[in-house]
Amino acid sequence: MTPQTEADLAGIIKGADGPLRIEGGGTRPIGALSNGAKLSTAALSGITLYEPGALTIVAQAGTPVAEVEAALEAEGQRLAFEPMDHRGLLGTEGTPTIGGVVAANVSGPRRIQTGACRDFLLGVRFVDGRGEIVKNGGRVMKNVTGYDLVKLMAGSYGTLGVLTEVALKVLPKPRATGLLRLEGLSDAQAVAALSRALGSPFEVTGAAHLQRGPGGAPVTMIRLEGFENSVAYRARELGSLLADYGAFTLETDPDRTAADWRHVRDVGPFQDREGDVWRLSVKPTDAPGVVADLPGAEAFYDWGGGLIWLLAPEGTGLTARRIRGAVARRGGHAMLIRGDRTQGVFPPLPAPVAALQDGLRRRFDPRQILNPGLMARGEPV
Amino acid sequence: MDMPAPRPEIMAQKAELIKRLQRVLSADAVISDPSETRAYECDALTAYKCPPLAVVLPATTQEVSQALRICHEMGVPVVPRGSGTSLAGGALPTADSVILGVARLNAVLETDYDNRFIRVQTGRTNLSVTGAVEEQGFFYAPDPSSQLACAIAGNIAMNSGGAHCLKYGVTTNNLMGVTMVLMDGTVIELGGAHLEAEGYDLLGLVCGSEGQLGVVTEATLRILRKPEGARPVLVGFDNNEVAGACVSDIIKAGVLPVAIEFMDRPCIRATEDFAKAGYPDCEALLIIEVEGSEAEIDEQLALIEEIARRHNPVELRQSRSAEESAAIWLGRKSAFGAMGQINDYMCLDGTIPVSQLPHVLKRIGEMSREFGLDVANVFHAGDGNMHPLILFDANKPGDLELCEAFGAEILKLCVEVGGCLTGEHGVGIEKRDLMAHQYAPADLEAQMAVKDVFDPKWLLNPAKVFPLAASDARRAA
Repeated sequence: MTPQTEADLAGIIKGADGPLRIEGGGTRPIGALSNGAKLSTAALSGITLYEPGALTIVAQAGTPVAEVEAALEAEGQRLAFEPMDHRGLLGTEGTPTIGGVVAANVSGPRRIQTGACRDFLLGVRFVDGRGEIVKNGGRVMKNVTGYDLVKLMAGSYGTLGVLTEVALKVLPKPRATGLLRLEGLSDAQAVAALSRALGSPFEVTGAAHLQRGPGGAPVTMIRLEGFENSVAYRARELGSLLADYGAFTLETDPDRTAADWRHVRDVGPFQDREGDVWRLSVKPTDAPGVVADLPGAEAFYDWGGGLIWLLAPEGTGLTARRIRGAVARRGGHAMLIRGDRTQGVFPPLPAPVAALQDGLRRRFDPRQILNPGLMARGEPV
Repeated sequence: MDMPAPRPEIMAQKAELIKRLQRVLSADAVISDPSETRAYECDALTAYKCPPLAVVLPATTQEVSQALRICHEMGVPVVPRGSGTSLAGGALPTADSVILGVARLNAVLETDYDNRFIRVQTGRTNLSVTGAVEEQGFFYAPDPSSQLACAIAGNIAMNSGGAHCLKYGVTTNNLMGVTMVLMDGTVIELGGAHLEAEGYDLLGLVCGSEGQLGVVTEATLRILRKPEGARPVLVGFDNNEVAGACVSDIIKAGVLPVAIEFMDRPCIRATEDFAKAGYPDCEALLIIEVEGSEAEIDEQLALIEEIARRHNPVELRQSRSAEESAAIWLGRKSAFGAMGQINDYMCLDGTIPVSQLPHVLKRIGEMSREFGLDVANVFHAGDGNMHPLILFDANKPGDLELCEAFGAEILKLCVEVGGCLTGEHGVGIEKRDLMAHQYAPADLEAQMAVKDVFDPKWLLNPAKVFPLAASDARRAA
């Protein structure tokens, strides 16, 4: 089913007599169910309002991310949270949509400095599981009028309602970019170096470490953005701040730096590799210890260590239980991004929090028809 | 502004309630003498007052849990209170409610500079969070004007902002985790030192829920390294419209100042008399601040000045010293106090799309003449968060009501042009009955469904946020 309007969508949900599988561009099948009638937001497409002077864009949920990005590019602006494109990692076709990005709160490397998708989401319209059209938030940056259902909808994977329209804050594109790079650090050294960089006043907008860089050696990456002089100045200052780790080199070619960060954003290191791929959210300085507790795993780090991308090759015995255990010992959680979903995609929740989540779900979708197999309930733990 | 009548069956249980609370809290943490509960009869919205049934001041999360469990069992409403600085009546009690103050929960629990967070108890004041980390060169970004007094608990309840959120965001963007006690006494943890929510973003839902979903006792807050320097520039214009256009052009040009503040003539005059900040005599004044090293500041301000010059400013002046910068900000931060010296005033908090600034300012001027009440405007122009101050005489019968009616019209205008009723102060009781102007019944129903889940008996801060008529059936249940 591909409703043409929000009202059509509301009618379909109201009249539904079984589970619905909500789909944006269909690029993340790991989140999809095998059963249930497909309900696509593809026809709810188009930018409804864009005010560059107010740093605001409003688009229907099915609008391709590429269309949003092209409109912003024309005004020298961008989605600062840098959403990942899942197609390379998951081997899927389709077109990522802005609604899909919001539904999964998809955020890339710049999240460490500027915030996640949810931090840029100003307003939503959605149809809940009863077929009611609901709006929350708006299109202004500061809004504390009533409860923040905007945040609740970001990352709820279509289980509380089907997004029809999203309003996002955007930011100007910087005039220049610099990528500081150093080879040869251990995981622990790299995370320590990235912590020091992120704790500096130089507004680092990317902080990653690849156990195996393009040339095979480990690579630590730090991104700076801003005016040209400013990037040059900050690169010099950071170079001396981190001198005891070695001599960082500076790359300023915009295409090359963009490609390198896209590699991190889209999980390039694991795209052509076999095995399950996990996304671990931890306290940055805990990250090397978590990875060390999982022998056989390969990892790379984003967000200064706060995000671990983990490859668990077959035969290493790295089960969901072991991976979740290594994270839980220190605080944080793990989500399966690619692999056998019978082991559970989403992290299990403590009982009182699970009860709240379940309660919300029953209120927003009493018949439990929206993506019923997603997010904890019905999932194997 | 109506509040629900106190329920006699709850009032009648006072002695039993106090006895039970005293069993779990220390003797001085339960206040029931009417001469002492009076201190908690209102917050900063002083036009409305009502002493509570009792006040409890727990010192630990465990004590909060025990106190809430007792109130839950006895069906007694609870009004959580930080420092009582709410301008919206968020901490206003009813006669049958218990005020739960978090003032004694004021410890710093953990500071972690490598991972850039601080964990505090939520009775701690906003400014003292920065105070705990500034020796290491760090700060906590949200900076509401009341930051000397306001508590982190209240900041989380109202999702407070400040002058610098154009760059750093508001509370919700700087809050990483909470320990929260639900009305039935259950203690839950949401988020923490890691970045992403597991499951639904309940942390985002709790932030800004005005103390209606739970009592937050501990918070993990993001701390940032202080910039190398900051410098403001003053730009004066001979009309509001041009000032508004200048703001929009600066943002479009790709410079992102840390703050863009706007004051109109009545506000400039009052502030100048009060703080002697050296503001020019003009119709509209922008204070634009940028951050970085000296050279970086020079480069950004040069670009801002170039844009401003295209709009023929009557004054364009960079601060030349730390003292001058401090004076410029002192003027802005004391604007409310300065207005208070010359008049009673009501401070509004609507947000509008930046593009609507000139139109809204013009309409406010027209309405000011219609209502016969003066208005001074001071606001965060970069993000469209307006703070019109309506001047009135509290001793003149009918003036407060006239002022409230005028305020309501301004807020409706904010909604009409695509904005909202409140940008950072919260709904409380003040804007409760205007909610239907911004939200349709289904929108409000979805929000109230959230409260049903967290607080099924509607005992936490019950008569706030939602129009009384809309929440009536739930509160009575």
